[in-house]
Amino acid sequence: MATLRMREALRDAMAEEMRGDESVFLMGEDVGVFQGAFKVSEGLLDEFGERRVRDTPISENTIVGMGVGAAMAGLRPIVEIMTVNFSLLAMDMIVNHAAAIPYMFGGQVRVPLVIRMPGGGGHQLGPTHSHSFEALFLQIPGLLVACPSTPADGKGLLKAAIRDDNPVIFIEHETLYGSRGEVPDGGDHYLDFGEAAIRREGGDVTIVGLLRMAETAQQAAQTLANEHGVEAEVIDPRTLRPLDLDTILESVAKTNHAVIVEEGWPHGGVGANLAALIQEQAFDALDAPVQRVTGADVPMPYSKRLEQAAMPHSEHIVSAALASLEGSV
Amino acid sequence: MAQSKSSAATKKKASGSADGGSKAKPELPSKKESGELLETMMVIRRFEEEAGRQYQKAKAGGFLHLAIGEEATIVGTTSVMHEDDYLIGTYRTHGHAIARGTDPKRVMAELFGRVDGTSGGRGGSMHIFDLERRFMGGYGIVGGTLPLAAGLGLASDYRGEDTVTVCMFGDGATNTGNFGETMNLAALWKLPVVFLVENNLYGMGTSLERHSAVTNLSEKASCMGIPGERIDGMDVLAVRECVAEHVRLAREQREPTLVEAFTYRYRGHSAADPEIYREKQEVEEWQRKDPIESFAGRLVSDGAIDEEEIAAMRERAEQIVLEAVAFADASPEPDLDSLYDHLYVVGEQVPGWYAVDERSPDPHPGEEERRAGERAQELAERGAAYAGPGASRRREAGGDHPDPDARPEDVA
Repeated sequence: MATLRMREALRDAMAEEMRGDESVFLMGEDVGVFQGAFKVSEGLLDEFGERRVRDTPISENTIVGMGVGAAMAGLRPIVEIMTVNFSLLAMDMIVNHAAAIPYMFGGQVRVPLVIRMPGGGGHQLGPTHSHSFEALFLQIPGLLVACPSTPADGKGLLKAAIRDDNPVIFIEHETLYGSRGEVPDGGDHYLDFGEAAIRREGGDVTIVGLLRMAETAQQAAQTLANEHGVEAEVIDPRTLRPLDLDTILESVAKTNHAVIVEEGWPHGGVGANLAALIQEQAFDALDAPVQRVTGADVPMPYSKRLEQAAMPHSEHIVSAALASLEGSV
Repeated sequence: MAQSKSSAATKKKASGSADGGSKAKPELPSKKESGELLETMMVIRRFEEEAGRQYQKAKAGGFLHLAIGEEATIVGTTSVMHEDDYLIGTYRTHGHAIARGTDPKRVMAELFGRVDGTSGGRGGSMHIFDLERRFMGGYGIVGGTLPLAAGLGLASDYRGEDTVTVCMFGDGATNTGNFGETMNLAALWKLPVVFLVENNLYGMGTSLERHSAVTNLSEKASCMGIPGERIDGMDVLAVRECVAEHVRLAREQREPTLVEAFTYRYRGHSAADPEIYREKQEVEEWQRKDPIESFAGRLVSDGAIDEEEIAAMRERAEQIVLEAVAFADASPEPDLDSLYDHLYVVGEQVPGWYAVDERSPDPHPGEEERRAGERAQELAERGAAYAGPGASRRREAGGDHPDPDARPEDVA
């Protein structure tokens, strides 16, 4: 095991796959000479050269579309979008093309494309650089959606995504790029999509948190244990499409209480979807309504004070868990 | 709307044959090749006429965009492409697929939404696709093909192959953001792509001078480093000669270019178009330059092919199209249980069953109309497969996901 930062783990994932497969290449805005806006592609241009690490103009829809075209012709492109907000400029290529092409052409062609993008708030970047769009991509049939929270998961899921024959939306979190974690040595660390991780075991309440909120949920669980005598089970879904619903339902069957935490907006969010699934499939197991902790229903404000107020924190999760337990019927 | 009628200026421009007049008439190709050009145009014409009829009979659904009048641009272009070159086009591409060699039966079956259609009934008229003949699709999003074409070109370039991508799109697409983005990237990266705008003078019902500030579309990408040439798209030989040169530039010199073919669709934008934006007289003017009649006339007057041979071609085209209709009509509707097929590729590299729909298998309120007896229940249960401990069991039980060995060969 080596201790790596998330950005290093992601870089290693790309470098290892590029070494092993000539058809894998990276393109995006400032991924080469600049080494990535968040330094995720550091060193890749030096190792692989301009043919395989391609700086592009600021043309999101066309960059993603070229990735789709190149993938249809048999390559395995990785396209980096500088932040999830910019991915909206490429939604036509993501939804109308990448996700639809294998289906609408009757399986004649595959789109083995990975679109990486970082999101999330906390850096005072205001309403155009700070959002969380997991729910937008979660809704689209034809896509796979990954949202890793640890360096080991980042590496294992990205390597798996590059080898996958489906278009993958790979969502990273800006705040997590610098976080450290143990990463298995060697080049064969691949994680299956659709396998949640149980970050902490507990029998009183199930807390599902993704991306940075997986970490915040664990802090909340610690507080619940220390200050309230409540043992929370924390689940990180790691991928949203496919979703490991079984692990979540099994936990809820044990705890009878569920809290879902995400940075994104409340309406039509990841939590809204998951709450519906839990009540559809585990209604009898629930002792209280499913609680959601989400970002505030506003474009992300700039002011540090307002921005922090718009994001979920450990205290919100603790309150939601306690409310769920108190609300038992 | 009165101002929606096309102006006299456009008509004048449109009825001039670009700069075709100043050039010497292109030489006729061999008798065999000339015959093939003519007959392919005839097949496309008859196919489109028949598709229109079948649409009226509600055999084909959705939107139907016919390319009647544009045959010379299509056939002239495909006739100079290599077998392994890529062609990519718009939602008006029944003829493009046929010209690339796709069996008209399979195109008609796709229009009918049947299992033997090019996409097994998942795409429809706007989304014809034939990987084997490297016809990389019809697409329903105006301008959507441009980035994809650049991506195909990038793949050829990346692998050091000399394949060329020809990207055909309408005049309306030159106003999309993709046009600017893609032209810049293609020129910047010297991608082997020929961009060919089938300028039929209307973006749906909006005439060229009402939708584009620059009406000489061949110049529209020059500021992005893409030179252009304007040709008479009603003259199959002029198209052929011009596109051959641009394909050569792309193949040998990695010079992407823009060809503007002046052409015209006799029918409306789609079958649901009342055509209030143009005069009947304008359509008739263009019909006098009909690509099939004019080429047939030239072949006869040059003594290359006689009237009898032309009549035989018409008869063959008729037969091909009638057989296509019969084939499409006889082809079964897709099975309900194929609904989720081809949504995901289940690869060997990364084991896992990809969720299609995580909802519970029971019918949901408001979804009763989807029920078709037990089949719907089975479907819902299959659809409810999600990754997890039960995945391998479901995978064994499933059996309808694509066999990785049966996939079309990777072109890498």
